[in-house]
Amino acid sequence: MGKNKSTGNNAVCKPGSQIIVDILQEQGTEVIFGYLGGVVLPLFDKLYDAPIKFIIPRHEQGGCHMADGYARASGKVGVVIATSGPGATNLTTGIATAMMDSVPIVAITGQVRTELIGNDSFQEADTTGITRPITKHNMIIKNPMELPQALREAFYIAKTGRPGPVLIDVPVDIQLAQIPVSQPEPIELPGFRRHIRGHARQISMAVQAINESKQPVLYVGGGVIISNASEELRTFAQKANIPVTMTLLGLGAYDQNRPESLDMLGMHGTAYANYAVQNCDLLIAVGTRFDDRVTGKIKTFAPHAKIIHIDIDPASISKNVAVDIPVVGDAKEVLAAMTEEIEHRPREEWSKQIAEWKAKFPLRYDTNAKTIKPQYVVEEIWRQTKGQATIVTGVGQHQMWTAQFYKFSRPRQLITSGGLGTMGFGLPAAIGAQIARPGELVIDIDGDSSFNMTLTELSTAVQYNLPIKVCIINNGYMGMVRQWQELFYGKRYSYSSLQNPDFANLARAFGAVGYTVQKKEEVAPTIEKMLKETRPCVVDFRVEREENVWPMVPAGKGLHEMDGLDVFEIA
Amino acid sequence: MKHIISALVQNKPGVLAHVAGMFAARAFNIDSLAVGRTEDPSLSRMTIVVVGDDRTVEQVRKQLAKIIAIVKVQDFVGQDVVARDLMLINVACPSEKRPEILAMIEMFTAKVVDVGPKYITVEVAGPESKIEAFIEACRPYGIKNMVRTGTVAMARQSRTTTQDTDEAAK
Repeated sequence: MGKNKSTGNNAVCKPGSQIIVDILQEQGTEVIFGYLGGVVLPLFDKLYDAPIKFIIPRHEQGGCHMADGYARASGKVGVVIATSGPGATNLTTGIATAMMDSVPIVAITGQVRTELIGNDSFQEADTTGITRPITKHNMIIKNPMELPQALREAFYIAKTGRPGPVLIDVPVDIQLAQIPVSQPEPIELPGFRRHIRGHARQISMAVQAINESKQPVLYVGGGVIISNASEELRTFAQKANIPVTMTLLGLGAYDQNRPESLDMLGMHGTAYANYAVQNCDLLIAVGTRFDDRVTGKIKTFAPHAKIIHIDIDPASISKNVAVDIPVVGDAKEVLAAMTEEIEHRPREEWSKQIAEWKAKFPLRYDTNAKTIKPQYVVEEIWRQTKGQATIVTGVGQHQMWTAQFYKFSRPRQLITSGGLGTMGFGLPAAIGAQIARPGELVIDIDGDSSFNMTLTELSTAVQYNLPIKVCIINNGYMGMVRQWQELFYGKRYSYSSLQNPDFANLARAFGAVGYTVQKKEEVAPTIEKMLKETRPCVVDFRVEREENVWPMVPAGKGLHEMDGLDVFEIA
Repeated sequence: MKHIISALVQNKPGVLAHVAGMFAARAFNIDSLAVGRTEDPSLSRMTIVVVGDDRTVEQVRKQLAKIIAIVKVQDFVGQDVVARDLMLINVACPSEKRPEILAMIEMFTAKVVDVGPKYITVEVAGPESKIEAFIEACRPYGIKNMVRTGTVAMARQSRTTTQDTDEAAK
């Protein structure tokens, strides 16, 4: 130790830009997404020779979503670089998306020279000020000596505990400063505590409540996937004999092909999941945060239930819903500890009741329709990929249909913007996911409006020869907005339709493959062709324009007050 | 209910902005906020007075603890604390009223720190209730302006239990 820590005259020094590259490598960075600009030129000069894969998006927002998609698909930290001012502000949507969904990202932004900060200099923005509420942590480096440790801390904070984005703002003179090369020092952050194991007393209270429960339900979220706890969840649920419902971000945490799966709950969840939650006597929430899209009206949420909440973030506990038995800890550790003490209960009546709901209220749509039903497209993709593809989505109706009709069986299989609901997330995140999983099948099921927002990244997919597939559920509307206008604004479709380009032709212009599907009978063969493509491929499915997502819990209503359960009987 | 929250924070730029921003973003109300250095130059102490129900204040405490630059958070509610405010106040003081005003100042163990032709400036320190009472006592004479520090507080050394962020987790 300490040999290279010396800051004396004989210390080996390197420019800050090289230090950044060295530490990115030291932290195991395999790929960087980034866009050039004036004040990151020193850094890019060092990246020119660095043995790290580099991906240039067409817009910094795309780059940030790529890093996000890469992180979600791989479980590793995504790294994105942007210049000062507009480069940094373009990152913000991507950073906020990652923040809401607890995705580990390290964003490095350039900043104007330290002596110019605060002068309204060219391309200056208060990046740390702008990103403070949307990062887990951020910092500006004004003392070159702090740079190495700050970078190491950034990686540590991003991936530790509840993950999140960390931003480091590095003025250009810091990138040019000569900085002594240092060995990694232990990270000491007095204000950063991790709760891994869960309090033994809380765990045994939870176990007791579970053993006593007659009608329990597991409600699991993205935290189970982040903590790699799917295995533990399966063992626990099967040993305890408890059905499992998942949030949008939790899909894949539990194999949806298994009979215990109640699939997704919430606003567009399944009726059987929502009824199970509303009628349970014990709700076991794991790695989830009681989002309003999940709970519906808080006052009537799980009215008969005692609530156990297992989460690594103490601030998530009793934030929206008062919890009876909180357990602060890592889902993997806590579930494993609980499994040891849990006892199997038959709970025949409860199982029977749930089976009844499942039989009575399956997800359905009009399969006899002559038009292309969006649900049919999703189901056909699921069928042809044997449920094994990595699926990425934009935000809106197509996202909900994907969540409903693609049955996910493994963690990190669905990559979607849940918390922030960022339209335009799909394509760039699919690029990031494909880079994390070369050779695997990655499909972006997108909406026409979502796709429009970031379609410029098709050019990135072509440049790096990434065989992603984009399936556009094209109804010519901002579909979810249109649905709300239909239901709650008297069908006044105020500015919710766009004139779309010919997406297939556009794809060809980018150098990708493009197909248009206008007829129902073309759906299956075109998906078959698409799956054989080795180039990026866009398929434009012209679906039924005014199809709605059912069931639906209207905003402000209780989970049991679902609309649309009888729609298909009428049709 | 009024809670006095004491936060030990890293003495770094942006921490105050972070705390203030978090309060605004999560729609928590700050009654008063006092910041100053501590015996350790790398740390500052923020004393924040928050009014809210227990659940809201619990959230405030957890959200504060979540900020990386915040080292430790204590909520003094239910504890025996010494809490003090400092106020400077300009009171109209014509010569005929001077004796009674000075008598009142003495009653409050306050201190005259400046005397002008029309106004005197008084320094008052003490619990918030005393400050409020002094303001009321001055009102009939005419208050030109006043400035207050916000509450600072410290737990009494006997019978004190601290809640740090570890315990906050439970």
